[in-house]
Amino acid sequence: MVTTLPIELDPATAIYDEELPARQPWSRVVKQGQILRIIDLQGNQAVDTLFYNAHDPSERYSAPDTVVRQGNIFITTGTQLMSNDGNVMMTVIHDDCGKHDTLGGACSMESNSVRYGLHKKHLHACVENFLLELSKYEMNKRDLVSNVNFYMNVPVSDDGTLEIVDGISEAGKMIDLRAEMDVMVLISNCPQINNPCNAYNPTPARLIIWDAA
Amino acid sequence: MVQASTVPNLPNVPNATTIDSSLILLDEKLPGGAYWHGIIKRGNTLRVTDLARSQGVSLICYNADSPIERLNVADTAKIQFNAFLKQGMVLYSDMGRILGSITADTSGHHDLICGCSNAASNAAKYGAGAYNKYGESDYNNSRNNFLKALAKRGLTRKDLMPNLNLFSRVSVHPNGDLEYVTGYEQAGSYVDLRAEMNLLVVISNCPHVLHPATVYQPQPIQLTVWRSPTPTPDDLCRTANAEVMRGFINTDALFAQV
Repeated sequence: MVTTLPIELDPATAIYDEELPARQPWSRVVKQGQILRIIDLQGNQAVDTLFYNAHDPSERYSAPDTVVRQGNIFITTGTQLMSNDGNVMMTVIHDDCGKHDTLGGACSMESNSVRYGLHKKHLHACVENFLLELSKYEMNKRDLVSNVNFYMNVPVSDDGTLEIVDGISEAGKMIDLRAEMDVMVLISNCPQINNPCNAYNPTPARLIIWDAA
Repeated sequence: MVQASTVPNLPNVPNATTIDSSLILLDEKLPGGAYWHGIIKRGNTLRVTDLARSQGVSLICYNADSPIERLNVADTAKIQFNAFLKQGMVLYSDMGRILGSITADTSGHHDLICGCSNAASNAAKYGAGAYNKYGESDYNNSRNNFLKALAKRGLTRKDLMPNLNLFSRVSVHPNGDLEYVTGYEQAGSYVDLRAEMNLLVVISNCPHVLHPATVYQPQPIQLTVWRSPTPTPDDLCRTANAEVMRGFINTDALFAQV
């Protein structure tokens, strides 16, 4: 686990500071040099996130390029989030949670029907959030790829066993990401209630943006 | 960080189950570095055979009737609680349906995590590269192979998503570090992918992005499409767990009106 001292950023100087309610989508362009802080306000809340080049959304976050670049499946301080074109989109400059997931992807109505029962199909899901938010940009499911799950814990065993387990996050944990290009950030504050990713209780997150120093 | 290691001797690969020649619909050798794309009709099976100790084979697949439905490696791992594909497992689409079933597998080492090679990763590993007499780099990479194959079907880079890799053993250490382990590859090993819907398959036969070889030597594979038997009621892939049974309910509903 990598832990560093909190970076002294004063919310009073931020250009954006809002609470993202439980279960809600969000998107915004974070300009090159700006810093986005995501705070897990009440603990164990998965924040499903994708990144697009704000000027050409066909360039987008790539989970495989990110894990291969790092040689490691987890995201933490120092991780560079890579695009499908091999460019650095965001750098994690501070993380006091320790690790974030790159493998689990987003929950969807359709996968929920498989995972939890056909009768669970019509529960709210991250892909629903993503698609509705992307519709503002005339984007659709072609634009969805494997996403980051901040504050979600998905270890992999030697035999490949992989499972979403109880979170390692807790109230007040934060991660700071510096944009290395103009990035459109897409978030679904995960509404899943059928596994431990949100401790069975979706909660709000706080999003803060600072201008480049 | 990325590590690489080699396992020592392995037992010989089991004899391949021979396919009755009357059932074979297509049989093609794919050279190292090359790509292939084709449609496997629901119920038929694609066998990919490692002919000469493969360094990895990258694969993506789509619902051929509606390619906006496509392989989702995250759902494939998450729903089956395993990041390594094996016999008895299936490939999930992003619509809660099953694209294909791993009905046979003598390798046991396939990767859903690492994605594929690209021009930069090839240049880093192999150098600037030789050029053939046509002026093209001989060091083909999987990302460009995928883009070329997709373009021939009217699809673009927005249709490209994370792929899987056959014949590739990648270990994940408890701290999250990735390790490519050579020595598991065996000439003659094969994997059977039974199409559970009409399936567009794109294969790039380029080395795994983490394969440690610094000389570009992708090896040939054999692609065999055959008319496989209709699944029995106790079919392993269709009955492996409660999740997959629901996945097949979703999938079979696509064909309810056929």
